[in-house]
Amino acid sequence: MSNWARRLATLVVAGLLAHGAAAAEKPSKMGLGREALPAEVAAWDTDVKPDGQGLPPGRGTVKQGEEIYLARCASCHGEFAQGAGRWPALAGGQGSLKADRPNKTVGSFWPQLAPLFDYTRRTMPWGNARSLSADETYAVVAFLLNLNDIVKDDFELSDKNLTSIRMPNADGFFADDRETAEKKFWNRNPCMKNCGGVPKITSRAGEANITPDAKSVPKVD
Amino acid sequence: MPEKSYSDRFTRRGLLSAAGLAGAGIALPRRGVAAESTKPDPAITEVQDWQRQLGEGVDKRAYGSPSKFEQHVVRRNVPWLTAAPESAANFTPLHALEGIITPSGLCFERHHSGIAEIDPQKHRLMINGLVDKSLVFTMDDIRRMPRSSRICFLECAANTGMEWRGAQLNGCQFTHGMIHNVMYTGVPLKALLDEAGLRPNAKWLMLEGGDAAGMNRSLPIEKALTDVMLAFAMNGEALRPEQGYPLRAVIPGWEGNLWVKWLRRIEVGDKPWAAREESARYTDLLADGRARQYTFIMDAKSVVTNPSPQAPLRYRGRNVLSGFAWSGRGTVRRVDVSLDGGRNWKSAQLEAPVLDKSMTRFYLDFEWNGEELLVQSRAMDSSGYVQPTKNELRKIRGVNSVYHNNGIQTWLVRGNGEAENVELG
Repeated sequence: MSNWARRLATLVVAGLLAHGAAAAEKPSKMGLGREALPAEVAAWDTDVKPDGQGLPPGRGTVKQGEEIYLARCASCHGEFAQGAGRWPALAGGQGSLKADRPNKTVGSFWPQLAPLFDYTRRTMPWGNARSLSADETYAVVAFLLNLNDIVKDDFELSDKNLTSIRMPNADGFFADDRETAEKKFWNRNPCMKNCGGVPKITSRAGEANITPDAKSVPKVD
Repeated sequence: MPEKSYSDRFTRRGLLSAAGLAGAGIALPRRGVAAESTKPDPAITEVQDWQRQLGEGVDKRAYGSPSKFEQHVVRRNVPWLTAAPESAANFTPLHALEGIITPSGLCFERHHSGIAEIDPQKHRLMINGLVDKSLVFTMDDIRRMPRSSRICFLECAANTGMEWRGAQLNGCQFTHGMIHNVMYTGVPLKALLDEAGLRPNAKWLMLEGGDAAGMNRSLPIEKALTDVMLAFAMNGEALRPEQGYPLRAVIPGWEGNLWVKWLRRIEVGDKPWAAREESARYTDLLADGRARQYTFIMDAKSVVTNPSPQAPLRYRGRNVLSGFAWSGRGTVRRVDVSLDGGRNWKSAQLEAPVLDKSMTRFYLDFEWNGEELLVQSRAMDSSGYVQPTKNELRKIRGVNSVYHNNGIQTWLVRGNGEAENVELG
């Protein structure tokens, strides 16, 4: 056999083996459910991945976003996205992540922009979810970027340039490392007798005094 | 008992503070009434109404409710924690539970856009993405698949999250109540994925809810193929609306936020989605300003539920200490209890069944004579993990982590039997 023929034969055998293995592992089907129609998938598959896959065509400027934001978002998130009551702040807080009270916002904390677009389109405005058009969503997100000093006042955000925006905290996350960083908690023989010094009380919930009144039970219908 | 010498040192102070409180109108705990009775008990000598009159007949309570004397056993909210009740959590009354099963109506709730009330006839589950065939299932389709039941805990990643900077809330319902333990019935997610046919580059799934939050989270394929269940029932009946009726994900041992309720779609992909709830939220900010991401597993944890601030000691002498332990890494192997703030420990009795990734009940019988106690429990799991102290956790994670606080809880029990959430240094 010539060299190329031998190689071809090897490939065919490998292919057969791989096919055989796949066939052997192929799970048996229940025959339940039906194929989703393209229109059905299109109706529900509206998520946006971090790399921008799934972004709808559209565009919106900071200026357009400001108008929409003031009308539809500011009542919860504040006129300057500083937050209102317990509703989250969306702007500010850059450089605060090591501070005593970090302010985790779009500008200070979110690592990527596409998930912010996804979230806004998925569930905002709160109480009237999925009511913003694609263009309106681009505009609101553009305005939030502007409030966080990430883009200039004349910026227009679109499906073409969204993934080119680098978020300030892009490098701020790492995968769960508890099994190495907290290895010492795997300690099969914890101390049982005369462990440590005499304990001293350092804080009390009674002093914090923020527990709902234990005597008042919510009304049960 | 090693606790004795410690306790003795506190006896006088305990009695003094108890006496002070007695003056303020708080009854001193006493030995059981039976031991001190001198005159006949009217509960015995008088004929009670319920011994004389007819009670309600059948059909008055077509779906039964707890006794009217148990109306205080309810889920409770901490209003200041969140902006609005539709985007909030409430808490399971752990101190009032027995055994390991949480009754469905007491399971804590966490919604991001309120409770979706879904007509099961109109509910669909779609699987699409990196599959051979995108599929749609009805609830009837799902009920025709091989099913199984399993008891496991669901703990919110933020359970005990208010306590990172010190003792805050006074009661195990509030400090530890974002957990419940339920028998789920459903079908293995693997069966549905097999039906759609996974492509070779299928590495992650995205689970999406059908509520107005459209809650979505990424799940590694290995876990999905191991023990993830799509449940339509809990504790022997259909899921409650607030727990995701008609269909929710059950992801044993992993943080509750992943257990998407009102589940309507699963997309198969090759990378995680970095969704809002796994980047801006449910990530663990450390002291150096960086955050851990995809911290799925709930580490071993335990809490003494009795005594606790909502369940004070009422009698001197014989008492039963009780609590829960659990681990997302396996089974609870041992629970140690300390009455002296962690200086000396005794292993508690574990009550069967002790199940993988389920809450486990523990007991320790003890004598109490009015001395101050610093009550703690420490769980160990089948992976060898030992529940750390809160200070040990803070040394590694700082105080801004919000999520995954599984540190050892301390209750101070005073001479009058009242308990308070405290921290020790």
